[in-house]
Amino acid sequence: MGAEGERVNDLIADFEKENPNVSVTVQQVPWSAAQEKLVTAFASDMLPDLFQIGNTWIPQFAFLNAVQKLDAYIDSSRVVNKENYFEGIWNTNVIDSSVFGVPWYVDTRVLFYRSDVLSKAGYNSPPKTWDELFAAAKKIKSILNDEKKYPIYLPTTDWTPYVIFALQNGAELLKENNCYGNFSSQKFKEALLYLTEYHKEKLSPVGVSQVANVYQAFKDKYISMYISGPWDVAEFKKRMGDSLSGVWNVAPLPSRKGNYPGVSLAGGSSLVINKNSENKKAAWKLIEFLSRKKSQLKFFKLLNDLPAVKEVWNDPALINDKYTQAFYEQFKNVIATPKIPEWERIVYSELRQYVEYVVMERMTADDAMKALDKAVDDILAKRRQILDEK
Amino acid sequence: MIDASNKYGITKAVALFLSPALSAIFIFFFLPVFAALAMSFTDFGLYSLADWRYTRFVGFDNYVKLFNDPLFWQALKNTFYFVLVAGPLSVAVSLFAAISLNSKFAKFKSFFRLAFFLPVVTTLVAVAIVFRFVYHPHFGLLNYLLGFFGISPIDWLGDPDWAMPAIILMAVWKNFGYNMIIFTAGLQNIPSQLYEAAEIEGANAWRKFYQITLPLLTPTTLFIGVITLIGFFQLFAEPYIMTQGGPLNSTLSIVQYMYREGFRWWNMGYSAALAFVLFAVIFLGTLIQLKLKGKDE
Repeated sequence: MGAEGERVNDLIADFEKENPNVSVTVQQVPWSAAQEKLVTAFASDMLPDLFQIGNTWIPQFAFLNAVQKLDAYIDSSRVVNKENYFEGIWNTNVIDSSVFGVPWYVDTRVLFYRSDVLSKAGYNSPPKTWDELFAAAKKIKSILNDEKKYPIYLPTTDWTPYVIFALQNGAELLKENNCYGNFSSQKFKEALLYLTEYHKEKLSPVGVSQVANVYQAFKDKYISMYISGPWDVAEFKKRMGDSLSGVWNVAPLPSRKGNYPGVSLAGGSSLVINKNSENKKAAWKLIEFLSRKKSQLKFFKLLNDLPAVKEVWNDPALINDKYTQAFYEQFKNVIATPKIPEWERIVYSELRQYVEYVVMERMTADDAMKALDKAVDDILAKRRQILDEK
Repeated sequence: MIDASNKYGITKAVALFLSPALSAIFIFFFLPVFAALAMSFTDFGLYSLADWRYTRFVGFDNYVKLFNDPLFWQALKNTFYFVLVAGPLSVAVSLFAAISLNSKFAKFKSFFRLAFFLPVVTTLVAVAIVFRFVYHPHFGLLNYLLGFFGISPIDWLGDPDWAMPAIILMAVWKNFGYNMIIFTAGLQNIPSQLYEAAEIEGANAWRKFYQITLPLLTPTTLFIGVITLIGFFQLFAEPYIMTQGGPLNSTLSIVQYMYREGFRWWNMGYSAALAFVLFAVIFLGTLIQLKLKGKDE
């Protein structure tokens, strides 16, 4: 998917040389259409033998019986071993104590910032707590003194900051065995109100249409801080140019109070095998090949995708990369989102929508979160019904 | 040879020759439509993909839920807003363009015809991306031009009140060329003697327009009206690419809602119910239009 789909061919060629009797055809899918395409492919029994999925989708595909349980393969493998992976990430692949995917690369969200703007505002290191972050944003706004420049970018189209800050605040997103929404809890609302304060004080642009291109916006100081993942490190390197290469940087996320870094999401992609595939053995071989230290390192160099295999992080290429080290720190504190098939729908279609209502001040946080819980309860009705029957 | 008096033989031959086409229509059109209708009475969803036994017959529940769903009403309202504004506007603009290009005084006719038709054959995705830049609040072309008239910048796609007008403007610009060509064909069918006669009688341009051009164009206008109506009710790609239905669902159309429920979240039962409601709306709309036009004649 995305850039991985473009560049994986470099690795596939080596694999085919090693295994002359296996030929691999790669199909590229853009991230934005990947999930619906895979589910549609499943419904029409056209899934590829081996495919990449975002690790938040694993519950859905495991539930659909679309992907193969891998425990037996892992037990007899000399390459793939649970101990080699970050625990939080590995766990996203485990549903009811069975393993359904092998982490391919990992990601999490961190803070991208312009060090020149922050130091002008009097901050020589990035903010470490919520209060510090807010104070820094206010300071930056007053220094830039420009209505059209914003300290931070918290788009309503991206649900992750809202979930991350809620998790930092100790919120429980769903309740009663993930059968009901719990977004109107005090802790979730506190986090939401904290973030919407940035919009209210004009510290973050409200609409998405105002930032047509994040990289350009960063260059122009239109925004100075932004929460995103490792894929943007590669993009920033490419697009910021030499003049700004010493200016932009990344840091782990601030925390509610003290205990830095604050929690972030356990993200990444896993490799899974189609349950109805006729080439499971060859597919597993390819998974093992891609999980080798050498392949993982090569992939990091090609795309800046962070290796899922911990050992690779000892390589000088990663140790000497300041951006990568910030991610390493962040990985020490990551949690997975609730493992239910409906999660994608809850955040993409419902949470985003109600957050937007609050940010645009069409609804109060209380009303919006109550309405959100109602919508989520409705989505989860089928889950409750099925669990009851069991 | 078929004996002409043998009616049964002819019927058999006709049936034989029609059967490939009919069976294709039945398998690829009627069957799916009936399947969708049946599905709209079930709660077919993501869980059903895992195991069809999770599917339940729910009667009219989907339809009841639909009529109590504020987002459905919002989408319906948005779709009507789009159809009622963009529809007549698009027909008027294309008629105006056709008449201008058909006039004796127009120069470079084929060039303008090509230029006006070009948006129709341009890929919508490319157009939508270019328009996103045109509509950009800070460095967009449109706000720059409006600036000359002292109008302060508008956040076209980011403001819930302006997003739909922005989509309408783009859709009209993109589509009027097609109707313009059909109008041109209609105009060329009007005998020039009528205009000459009117001129001798001393009729001015306006009089000629609404007493000759407009009445004689009625069949063309009816065709264009119906086609535009049906097409515009199925508004999808423009908001899908430009706004994803936002901000605040102000550009969410029925088809987009249906697509999202069905193919993004696999809520197939609900989505099928939506499809049939949309079918009823379009069907009624076309009927009303035919009735109105029928009266005129």
